[in-house]
Amino acid sequence: MTFFLQLVITGFGLGMVYALIAIGFVIILKCSKAFNIAQGQFVMIGGYLGFTFLVTFNLPVWASILAAIAVAVVMGGLIERLTLRPLVGQSVLAIIMMTIALGTILEGVATLVWGGEYKAYHGALPTITLKVGEFSIPPETLIGIIVSILVVVALMALFRYAKIGLAMRATAEDEQVVQSVGIKVTSIYTISWMIACVVGVVSGIILGGVSGVMVSMSEVGMKALAVVLLGGIDSIGGAILAGIIIGVLENVAAGYLDPLLPSGGGLANVFPFIIIIIVLIFKPHGLFGLKRIERI
Amino acid sequence: MSLPSGIFQESYGQDMAILRTKQQWIWLLIFLAVLFTMPLYSSDKIMTLATMMGISVISVLGLNILTGYCGQISLGHAGFMAVGGYVSAMLTANLGWPFWAALPCAGLAAGLVGILFGLPSLKIKGFYLIMATVAAQFIVIWLILQFRGFTGGTDGLAVPRPELFGYVIKTKGAYFLLVMIIACLATFFAKNLVRTRVGRAFIAIRDNDLAAEVMGVNLLSYKLLAFFIGCVYAGVAGSLLVHYFAFADINMFPFGDSVWYLAMLIVGGMGSTTGAIFGVITLKLLDEAMILAGPALAAAFPAIAAQAAASLSLIMRGLVIVIFLIFEPRGLVHRWELIKAYFKRWPFSV
Repeated sequence: MTFFLQLVITGFGLGMVYALIAIGFVIILKCSKAFNIAQGQFVMIGGYLGFTFLVTFNLPVWASILAAIAVAVVMGGLIERLTLRPLVGQSVLAIIMMTIALGTILEGVATLVWGGEYKAYHGALPTITLKVGEFSIPPETLIGIIVSILVVVALMALFRYAKIGLAMRATAEDEQVVQSVGIKVTSIYTISWMIACVVGVVSGIILGGVSGVMVSMSEVGMKALAVVLLGGIDSIGGAILAGIIIGVLENVAAGYLDPLLPSGGGLANVFPFIIIIIVLIFKPHGLFGLKRIERI
Repeated sequence: MSLPSGIFQESYGQDMAILRTKQQWIWLLIFLAVLFTMPLYSSDKIMTLATMMGISVISVLGLNILTGYCGQISLGHAGFMAVGGYVSAMLTANLGWPFWAALPCAGLAAGLVGILFGLPSLKIKGFYLIMATVAAQFIVIWLILQFRGFTGGTDGLAVPRPELFGYVIKTKGAYFLLVMIIACLATFFAKNLVRTRVGRAFIAIRDNDLAAEVMGVNLLSYKLLAFFIGCVYAGVAGSLLVHYFAFADINMFPFGDSVWYLAMLIVGGMGSTTGAIFGVITLKLLDEAMILAGPALAAAFPAIAAQAAASLSLIMRGLVIVIFLIFEPRGLVHRWELIKAYFKRWPFSV
């Protein structure tokens, strides 16, 4: 029972981070109708930025996070302006190939700058230990859960009360109406990419604190895609719920089934894809996604 | 297609012919003659490059039928190649089948797996379908790793040299000829397929699948047929790849290659057999240039020598896709048509 609870708790923490990554994807999709496959690479860059600011420059935690966010804002803005803006109105394939190419470039840059090596910064982030009865919650997981909840609350507040958040929601609803009331849609695009980039980088710092950083960390983006599909690609609430479901399921399945499978299992890596196939066959629009009716 | 003056069509057959003038026939024969005598005067290195190009051409032609003509985007093509490659490897290495029997079986197996993962395509399209094919790639590779008793898992599987009509294909030149014969047949089939009823149905589905259905095109059977044909091509290419190295290994079919095949299609030009070939040649040459540039770069920047080559090739691959999507979204074949038109209309062209 303790083993099961432990798996559920760590899975929950992991799931919150997946949800965070998925939210970045959903924000970009809703505001600029672009499918961003490079979200996982944002996370990887975030992890390396965390290492650079926390360990190499030895900055305090708050300064490191602010610096990483600043880099993320610049990166997101540049990516949108230089590569996605010329593709407005192009086919889905063009946009997806563009974001995949961006992901490849980011991986190349990370290899060049950080040498593609495994970097860890355990203990650089503050820790809180919590013991409930027999089992303890790992401090990194707890920090992950807390930061994720904070970011989600901040985003909810942004979309509900801030003028820019309202403008983004309006853009998601109807671009022409938004333009006619004087909101610049192109700057909404840029801001949505900046926010997604910041969210990705923050989740990268959390994940890096748990398990270290390496270039292949960007594969977490694939798990986020499974989360997005399960939750419905245009629903933030769906992304949070689906993130927790997938995080817990993956951890429990890997914990119990991996020892039974030949060649070490590695179920955690393929689990998101099995979920993707199941969701696409039985419920293509996810749990809370909007069903679209097509006309000729 | 505009023809030079003085060429007349007197029958429907003449009007439909791919090659219409004597000049085109002569050029084709010269090209084939040069292609099939290449082993006589080329080095091993060039033979390897050309064989790899031939295998990629087969694979990308399949992707072109599936994505370029039928509009069903696949980002799992390397996974389908892995199915073909491993089926062929297991049949020849474990069961002792001859190569000529294993090759069609590899194509068939990949085609059937393609149908399986194409089944959701009736319900979903666009981004959702892309995710289904990405999932196909990773699930296939994972399954290959799990059945290590048959596939060798991470250790790989040694495959005997292919044997045709009692002749063991050992030299690179002989294997090149084999690949080129299959590649030429594949090109011929692909070029003609899209001019048939099936090909026109594919194009109708790509342009607007709802409208196609209203016109009486059976969406399920034609989409699955596109998946089947595209993946048969991939399976044959995978089988040829495995037999070329006489070894099957999952690292020969990475996800990055799936992306790269789609990039070849974009660079060459979607929905064009010529474009697929252009794209393969261009990007394979680029890959080769990256391999050559790696050591030079490492020597120039000794501080980052270790990671320079790896990161350079990643960045180059990404940049090529970005540049083509922004500046030449219709691919090289479009540029080629413009250049041809320029010379044909000279001195009235601008």
